[in-house]
Amino acid sequence: MKYEVVIGLEIHVELLTASKLFCGCSTAFGREPNSHCCPVCLGLPGSLPVFNRRAIELSVTAALALKSEVQLRSRFDRKNYFYPDLPKAYQVSQFDQPLARGGYLAMEYEGKKKLINLERVHLEEEAGKLIHAGDSIIGAGHSLVDYNRAGIPLLEIVTAPELHSGEEARLFLEDLRTVLLYAGVSDCKMEEGSLRCDANISLRPAGSSELGTKAEVKNMNSFRSVELALDYEIKRQQQVLSAGGVVNQETCHWDEEKKQTFSMRSKEGSSDYRYFPEPDLLPLVLEKSFVAELARTLPEMPAKRRERFQEQYNLEKKEAFMFTGNREMGDLFEAVAKIYRDYRNLANWIQGDLLYQLRESGKKIKEVEPALLANLLRLLDEGRINRPVAKELLAEMVQTGTDPVDLVKERGLEQISSRESLLPLLEQVIAENPEAVENYRQGKKKALAFLVGKVMAATKGRADPAELNRLFEEKIQG
Amino acid sequence: MAVDFNAEVDYVARLARLFLEPDEKKRMAGQLSDILKTARRIQELDTTGVEPTSHVTEVPAVLREDQVKPSLPLNRIMQNVPRRDKGYLKVPRIADSQQDQD
Amino acid sequence: MHLYEQTAFELSRMLNSREVSSVEVVRSFLERIDEVDPHLKAFINYTPNQALETAGEVDSKRIGGEKLPALAGVPIAVKDNISTMGLQTTCASRILENYVPPFDATVISAIKKAKMPILGKTNLDEFAMGSSTENSAFFPTHNPWNLERVPGGSSGGSVVAVAAGMAPLALGSDTGGSIRQPAAMCGMTGLRPTYGRVSRYGLIAFASSLDQIGPVSLTALDGALLMNLIAGYDPLDSTSLSDAVPDYSARLEPDLNNLRIGVIRYDQGDGFDPEVTAAVYKAASLLEEYGARVGELTLPLTDYGLSAYYLIAPSEASSNLGRYDGVRYGFSVDADSIEAMFSRTRGEGFGPEVKRRIMIGTYALSAGYYDAYYLKAMKVRTMIRSDYEEAFKKYDLLLGAASPTPAFRLGEKIEDPLQMYLSDVCNITDALAGVPSLAVPAGLHSSGLPVGLQLTARPLKEKLLFKTARFFEEHRKQVPLRPELNFLEGRGR
Ligand SMILES: [Mg+2]
Ligand SMILES: [Zn+2]
Repeated sequence: MKYEVVIGLEIHVELLTASKLFCGCSTAFGREPNSHCCPVCLGLPGSLPVFNRRAIELSVTAALALKSEVQLRSRFDRKNYFYPDLPKAYQVSQFDQPLARGGYLAMEYEGKKKLINLERVHLEEEAGKLIHAGDSIIGAGHSLVDYNRAGIPLLEIVTAPELHSGEEARLFLEDLRTVLLYAGVSDCKMEEGSLRCDANISLRPAGSSELGTKAEVKNMNSFRSVELALDYEIKRQQQVLSAGGVVNQETCHWDEEKKQTFSMRSKEGSSDYRYFPEPDLLPLVLEKSFVAELARTLPEMPAKRRERFQEQYNLEKKEAFMFTGNREMGDLFEAVAKIYRDYRNLANWIQGDLLYQLRESGKKIKEVEPALLANLLRLLDEGRINRPVAKELLAEMVQTGTDPVDLVKERGLEQISSRESLLPLLEQVIAENPEAVENYRQGKKKALAFLVGKVMAATKGRADPAELNRLFEEKIQG
Repeated sequence: MAVDFNAEVDYVARLARLFLEPDEKKRMAGQLSDILKTARRIQELDTTGVEPTSHVTEVPAVLREDQVKPSLPLNRIMQNVPRRDKGYLKVPRIADSQQDQD
Repeated sequence: MHLYEQTAFELSRMLNSREVSSVEVVRSFLERIDEVDPHLKAFINYTPNQALETAGEVDSKRIGGEKLPALAGVPIAVKDNISTMGLQTTCASRILENYVPPFDATVISAIKKAKMPILGKTNLDEFAMGSSTENSAFFPTHNPWNLERVPGGSSGGSVVAVAAGMAPLALGSDTGGSIRQPAAMCGMTGLRPTYGRVSRYGLIAFASSLDQIGPVSLTALDGALLMNLIAGYDPLDSTSLSDAVPDYSARLEPDLNNLRIGVIRYDQGDGFDPEVTAAVYKAASLLEEYGARVGELTLPLTDYGLSAYYLIAPSEASSNLGRYDGVRYGFSVDADSIEAMFSRTRGEGFGPEVKRRIMIGTYALSAGYYDAYYLKAMKVRTMIRSDYEEAFKKYDLLLGAASPTPAFRLGEKIEDPLQMYLSDVCNITDALAGVPSLAVPAGLHSSGLPVGLQLTARPLKEKLLFKTARFFEEHRKQVPLRPELNFLEGRGR
């Protein structure tokens, strides 16, 4: 039998606030364990939560970026369950009155544009972190708890069950990440856990409209593992169904080492969360003007920017994807494009040498000063430096942030291209290398490169190579 | 709705992570049946169209500014912790727990 | 007259005029505690050194001519479910027996700022769940009017401390009558403020949508003085109210002209003592005599209110008490799996009444029962609120009993939770509606035990309650109403 795969994702992202959702503790990552904790985020008896305005702003911003309908009145509920990383034995979350409903993300899959619908976007609090002594949660003799993460604002985004393969789910997640990065609401680092994804996955006979029994897949810690885990789970369910079996409603963990999912526990009897309205927090009521202001300051989203880049800067579709897939890279391109009009040249330099230098130096795109990059390209365009010098200056500019114009002046790097300056050097090289001269006369192109190289060496790379080629030709062939 | 708590005691005690001795369970089942029988009287009231009250205060939530405040020093956190391992809190093995996290 | 017999107002006057020092005042109460508390068991922990230290500080400041807050140097007792930094806060539970909060409740910060010496932490029903202070994991508290009787609860320790001269003032908490019912049973004045008027930050939660901290005092004026300190907006409590706080103690002279009073008619089937009912009507006639317009009303949902309360409060409690799992603080049982640790810790750490309420609450919130129990109860709560809104269209003040009977015997109801719950019948609907309500003494029952009235007003009208209570004080022969501690005679006094 042919099966149709139905996948829905539940994505959690940590919001980029300075302090936690309900208290003033810092959200900084990777500090000493339990160093960012207070009575509130430790759930000490008698402590009470107070909303962080920035967390609300970022949640609304994210909802707007995802075209989700922001609810002017929403409510917070307690989700009750026991787990040692959950200090109060309940998570403050949103149940039947979420911050935003609906929404969608436009994506391209297999050459076709499609919209993936969202069910909801809501705000909740993050739990602490558990470290299992031993190699896994199963084998551990005991676990250690760090509550630094507990109480960081967490946005939950739930998609409709509209994805159909591991690859599609991964691409969706990557696009979602880009949108959230554009909106500036989260740093979305899967490796640090600030972006996490669980999936509900079920199979049904092709053409059937009823959903099959779903399994929940957790513990996918990278984009790649999302794809691998889902594809594995699809195969597993296919085998179960083909053999006449039934899929159990269960939670599976993805094992990154073994590259397989394994069942954690039966879902039955474990999901009675006893939600009820959080009495310690009054309903969240947003002014229309508050939402409108956030909508006004919302940056252009990647899909739109992609189209604009193709039109406005005449970029290839592939390039437009590349420049908008990363907000900072797009921002840099546009910042330079405002003061430097040769977009084609700019695009080439950014995707070629600049990216290379960033990788080499470990610097961030944000650290590149647009005006300096424009200066560098202009020096080259005006023939004041040659290409090899430009590359060197680029490396130095990225590394130290120095203006290439200053470097050129300071070190006298200006290109030597006048006939008067070059001719004496040229004649000396001809005199000292009769063999190469002879080879060149006989038509060996390599010999010319050798002779040009000699002059370049003598000028520490400043000679204009095009002019040198012309002069050698004239002197030897002519 | 029948209020026979005997059938429910095990399930509810498990949900509440509350260990009860057998005789405790038995006594509890009887008392809870009585209490719920009384509580159930509210079923007599017609609440059609009545909104539930979860807060008596009818003002919207206050928002505080996103400012980092000093956290508690580790020794103050740890002074009440039953089992610790350096800067961490220590708990027994988790594998058997049936709750989901998040 | 001993210092420990004075009202807080009088002590404050004596301190201000330098007739006495705060150290003398505190010593007087400490000696009284030494003398009577072994019999009454009002305190879980005493803090004599801390109290004397604060007192000494106040005295030297006063000598130095510094201007001090009104109650500076006047000591206070604090219910042991209010967090005190560096000082054990047990909630009268095994599970928190050794818990030391690393922070102060907002009301404690206010008291410390006002330089009131804290004498100790008072006994209560475990986690404030109960109406007799017998549910304390440590020991029951006795009623100073009769040692065989309960003091009421759950703020029994705080009320007894004031009634027996062990503290001139105390802080209690009221979730469904826990200040007013024991105040009535011990002849004291006790206020449940409007929900949100006093910060809950640091009050260890029982039922968050109902809990309120309030003053226990000998007189209305004393209660008003304490309210001046603790009322107000707290940025740490999202449910606290930002409305301006009046000076509760200024111009408390009652003016009954045109005050509309509604006397609450109870269903006599609810086990009301006829003398209690008589006291309510006597009070009503007195008010009428002095110019008030008195009518009668019923709050038809009172019985349903009790049912709704015994679903809402346990539901919230079952969630609030989830955190006592043995990981971060408190009693903890070592076990080889996390679930065993959770269940054993909670099974051994909580007493029977707390377990009962956790079970009811967990049940009422669980899948399949939520709509029929919790949600329904919240709708009933809405109906109760509208009953009050209706009542307050006709009346400025509601008058009723603060407890259906005088104090009952120790052990009398402890095996019968339903009977125990019924003893809060007068207090619960006010709590559900979030309105302020005050217990004020109404004299003695033929059994020699005190009887209490209860006055209820619109939200934020605490001052009207104090004024009316003041009126009753002016028409009572003996103010304050205090027990003679007969049990001391046997020791040759
Ligand atoms: Mg979630
Ligand atoms: Zn914190």
